[in-house]
Amino acid sequence: MSLTATGLSIIAKLIAGSSVRWVDCQPETCQRVYFANHTSHLDAVVLWSSLPRQVRVLTRPVAAKDYWDKSAFRRYIAGSLNALLIDRENIKVHRSPVELMIRAIGDTHSLIVFPEGGRSVSDEIGEFKSGLYYLGKKRPDLELVPVYIDNLNRVLPRGEFLPVPLLSCITIGPPMWLETGESKMDFLKRACDAVQRLKDLELGSYD
Amino acid sequence: MMHFADAQLEPLLALLNTARWMNMPTYWLVFVVIALLIAASVIGQTLKRQPENVVNPALLRTFNNRVRAWWMMFAILAAGFLMGKTSTVVLFGFVSFWALREFVTMTPTRRADHRTLFWVFFIFTPLQYLLVGVGRSFVDPAAGTTAAMWADGLVLRGTDLYGLYSIMIPVYASLYIPARIALSGDSRRFLERSAKTQFGLLICVYSLSYAPALLDLDFLTFKAAPVEGTLETTDQIETRVAPREDASAETVTNQPPRRQWSEGSAPGLLFYFVLIVQLADVFQYAWGKLLGQRVIASDINASRTWEGFFGGVLTTAIVGSLLWWVTPFRIWEAACMSLVTAIMGSAGGMTMSAIKRDRGVTDTGTLVQGHAGVLDRIDSICFAAPVFFHLTRYFFSDFS
Repeated sequence: MSLTATGLSIIAKLIAGSSVRWVDCQPETCQRVYFANHTSHLDAVVLWSSLPRQVRVLTRPVAAKDYWDKSAFRRYIAGSLNALLIDRENIKVHRSPVELMIRAIGDTHSLIVFPEGGRSVSDEIGEFKSGLYYLGKKRPDLELVPVYIDNLNRVLPRGEFLPVPLLSCITIGPPMWLETGESKMDFLKRACDAVQRLKDLELGSYD
Repeated sequence: MMHFADAQLEPLLALLNTARWMNMPTYWLVFVVIALLIAASVIGQTLKRQPENVVNPALLRTFNNRVRAWWMMFAILAAGFLMGKTSTVVLFGFVSFWALREFVTMTPTRRADHRTLFWVFFIFTPLQYLLVGVGRSFVDPAAGTTAAMWADGLVLRGTDLYGLYSIMIPVYASLYIPARIALSGDSRRFLERSAKTQFGLLICVYSLSYAPALLDLDFLTFKAAPVEGTLETTDQIETRVAPREDASAETVTNQPPRRQWSEGSAPGLLFYFVLIVQLADVFQYAWGKLLGQRVIASDINASRTWEGFFGGVLTTAIVGSLLWWVTPFRIWEAACMSLVTAIMGSAGGMTMSAIKRDRGVTDTGTLVQGHAGVLDRIDSICFAAPVFFHLTRYFFSDFS
């Protein structure tokens, strides 16, 4: 892992004060797709840096090319996170995003995706795009892991550039797979509910 | 060769300066507290290894968490004292920052509050601690020092920044916050949002900053001066001089004269203050467990009782008076100061309980860590610090 990547993960942890909870799930180096709600530019880097080091080096965030390819600085950041940039605007048939992702992960890497497509403005989790379904269909061996990112939208909301250092929380839930014969609609609803369930999870008090 | 030796001596001299800033009674108090903390840790860890039915596991966990928090507090204070006043102020600043972080995380804000919060975190908080850190440095800076340079540069020579840091947040920040929120154009729950931000800043930053501000006072004392050139300890002097003091009081005036507390140590007093607040918490808890019958307000906090309150406050006053030798206070004055400190600490605990109840959380740290946060540990310090500071300033310091 590069120095920039290590530095970025330390800064992300300081700013977002994130704590990580693994609920019915353990950090593993097996191939996974972490799918999370998306509310802030910090989501990818904070989620990525909250993974243990061994897992982190194998995990690539999927990010929008139109944003991260815009300036040399953004390209540098995306490069040091080993991000996979996907073109949201002109999608070609023979190079669909799902194809690109599957080719990019090979049989070693994991992915971080935000199936809502863009950052949502409200607290509610938006409808999932179908990419997750096709990932699950073409690579049934991938573990699909729901993640709920809490409070990061307050740290750096959409349209702001200065962060406010509140405490955020990342909850990683139990893996799921595409059931045989499950329709696209049903699966996407189930995936969305899995993230929603992590949001509603009650926290135990210890003191 | 000579020059080299000088350079080597410098850190040693700095250490001696530290010794002057701390005094013997302060070191004694620190050692006693270390001993108590070690004892508490050993007891906690031993009980942890006992089978479940010997002690209530929830109680033990609370106890061990408390002890860990005390070690942390002790480490922060000790590190600050070893490195000097500036470091102590900076360390308190970080504690404030973290507490504010927990407070704002716990209270919901809206998108439009973002920029206001940025001001609160990155402008007002550092500014308050900067003002406290400078404090009286401009009043009478030695010629040629950095303080003198700044004092002349800013045309502030002779100014005690107390006048600014005591009103910056309650007046200017409190006016700025609602105005800035109004500018953002979102009127929903406007009053509530302004109040939350103001309150967080007031409790976590403004109030807490009075604790390190104690280091800035020029203390006066009514105690008799120690006789110079003798190696007697302070308490021996106290007992020997006391009768003469009474005699003069009868003939001339009711008050013995105040004099510079030149043998005293400001860090010692800060340490005393933090210790008293923590002891007050413990005593209230203990009395509440032993005799607690009448709950003060069950909707706010079911474990705080009147028995615990009075027992705790009185016990704190007794223990506080017994530790008078680290302070500029005489015994009865130390008792009064501890009494007020304990009452304020209790008020702080109640207030923070009310906020947590309102937000539906049991601990400020729960949202993220699953155990009590920084704010839970310092709520009583926050409430007691301004009162302790001002009483000390008016009665035991030269603030003219």
